[in-house]
Amino acid sequence: MAVSVDEAVSTGPARDHTPPVRRLGGRGRSVLEVTLLTVLAVVMLFPVLWMIETSIKENRDVYAIPAKFFDFKITLDHYKDVFVNPDGGRSALSVSFLNSVVVAGASTVLATVLGVPAAWAYSRFAVKAKKDQLFFILSTRFMPPVVVVIPIFLMYRQVGLIDNKLGLILIYTAFNVPFTIWMMKGFVDEVPAEYEDAAMLDGYTRLQAFRRYTLPLLVPGIAATAVFALIFSWNEFVFATFLTSSDDVRTAPPAIAGLIGGTTTDWGLVAAASVVFALPVLVFAYLVRKHLIAGVTLGAVRR
Amino acid sequence: MAGIEVTALHKRYPDGTVAVEHVDLSIGHGELFVMLGPSGCGKTTTLRAIAGLERQTTGDIRIGDTLVNDLPPAERDIAMVFQFYALYPHLKIRDNLAFPLRAEGLPKPEVHERVNEAARLMQLGPLLDRRPRQLSGGEQQRVALARALVRRPRAFLMDEPLTNLDAELRADMRTEIKHLQGELGATMVYVTHDQVEAMSLGHRIAILNKGRVEQIGTPLEVYDRPASLFCAAFIGSPPMNLIEVEVADGKLRGEGGLVLPPPPGLPRDRRLVAGVRPEALEVTAPEAEGSIPARVVSVEWLGDEIIYVVDHGGQRDVRVRMPPTVRFAAEAKVGLRHTGGTPTVYDVSTEELVA
Repeated sequence: MAVSVDEAVSTGPARDHTPPVRRLGGRGRSVLEVTLLTVLAVVMLFPVLWMIETSIKENRDVYAIPAKFFDFKITLDHYKDVFVNPDGGRSALSVSFLNSVVVAGASTVLATVLGVPAAWAYSRFAVKAKKDQLFFILSTRFMPPVVVVIPIFLMYRQVGLIDNKLGLILIYTAFNVPFTIWMMKGFVDEVPAEYEDAAMLDGYTRLQAFRRYTLPLLVPGIAATAVFALIFSWNEFVFATFLTSSDDVRTAPPAIAGLIGGTTTDWGLVAAASVVFALPVLVFAYLVRKHLIAGVTLGAVRR
Repeated sequence: MAGIEVTALHKRYPDGTVAVEHVDLSIGHGELFVMLGPSGCGKTTTLRAIAGLERQTTGDIRIGDTLVNDLPPAERDIAMVFQFYALYPHLKIRDNLAFPLRAEGLPKPEVHERVNEAARLMQLGPLLDRRPRQLSGGEQQRVALARALVRRPRAFLMDEPLTNLDAELRADMRTEIKHLQGELGATMVYVTHDQVEAMSLGHRIAILNKGRVEQIGTPLEVYDRPASLFCAAFIGSPPMNLIEVEVADGKLRGEGGLVLPPPPGLPRDRRLVAGVRPEALEVTAPEAEGSIPARVVSVEWLGDEIIYVVDHGGQRDVRVRMPPTVRFAAEAKVGLRHTGGTPTVYDVSTEELVA
């Protein structure tokens, strides 16, 4: 940057029109861009890198001062501890990971099964006060979980859903359905209703027309929506902390948080558990990245 | 083939919007009937009600002798062509055509025969093994027509089928549809907002506005005697000049001194508007016989004709269609006179034709 400013000052306006100066200015800008991006990348990625490093360090090296960046012995003991108890058998953490898979998976499937037909209906039919209904549905997402967790806790205690995987599945579904309806409605709007009309004239019922023609065209949208719902359920912390207590039911986020505190904290184990926890979502999002982009840029391009 | 009777059709959506206020139609056997109107006039809703894709709030629909009010679309024995073609993207053209027949459960040889017949009629032979994506817009629309044909339905419903084609193709397809309809003797209900399409295709035209039928008639009737001010302003390009007139000395006298021959049976004591087609007026040299003084506001050179916008001292400028040989520049002082027959006259308050 400094170079290009000096150049501009010393050369004067006459040389501004010559290509070399402009190229220099361009290079100066790209240097600045690269520098800023590098700083940003380091700031963003360092915690992740440090988490991965910590997860493969021996405990001695974890607490070493000054911190060791490169010259430490690599061990996979922490990863073993995530899944296996020191005295053999499955660890509490591995149970909570399994719970996370069950709860996130089930709530995502449920939200999709309920939300996609609802979105279709809102897109296709004239419903009384449609906009108000849609706004009401969205408004359930206005409040952060921490605001509603106390009333939910009291209600769950009445119906016996406290410390119960079903309870978590239901509350995550309740949070994901509005999101699914809104996002899917955009996708359904993009599919011309004429496909269904034509199929109905050809002898199918409305539902058959939806299932055979519209649904296959919605698959990319469903994939994108499901990933977002899955990420929400997988990462959710507040409800999981308040509504579960036993190791059998707890999902991974509160279980990992529970490792911190007490007299000593096994940072290596925390880091390893965090890596294991972050991986599935990363892999899943990578697999459906094309659909994800389609999902977030929806409506940007006219049909 | 069969005629279609629509009686007192009314459609109100659950959210309270009324798409169709009151529509009566009697479409003859083998007729090409066009519903014309601006967007939101209820023409498409009426068509979809005939198809069974919308359930009317009240009113009856008969196809042939059958009351179809409560029949699902598939049992009404009709075919529909859509603006977006609605070809199934994952099926080859051949299978797209065969699809409705297979849904009916016809035996294979018959399906094959009918698909080939429709393909021959619409000249689709070389395209049969392609997919819709690989076809141009015009070809896709021909496939959509062929898919309607294979069913041999009692009536065809067309929902603005040519809107998405470019101008040249549209003219070709118009000819093709008209030819096809004549050849098959098919009953066809055709919805469009394009008056040129309506005039060139229709045996009869229904002009709809705000969910009501304003006029039903042959293209000539609709052009010569628009039944309401709305029709007068909607049909024709440029549209009719609407000039406020008074009856005096057995003549119609407009603003700026324009004199028109009065039609018989004019009512007294009402405010009247005369509808004068642009070709019923003439721009002349200033002070020509029978002309009133006027000024050219703008000139549209269209090649085969010239449209003059002329200020003759009235509230609104009038448009005059002239042959390309008569040339005046903008701002020129000219004369304006009426050369056509008796104009149509409308009541300002009811907006309807009075004479």
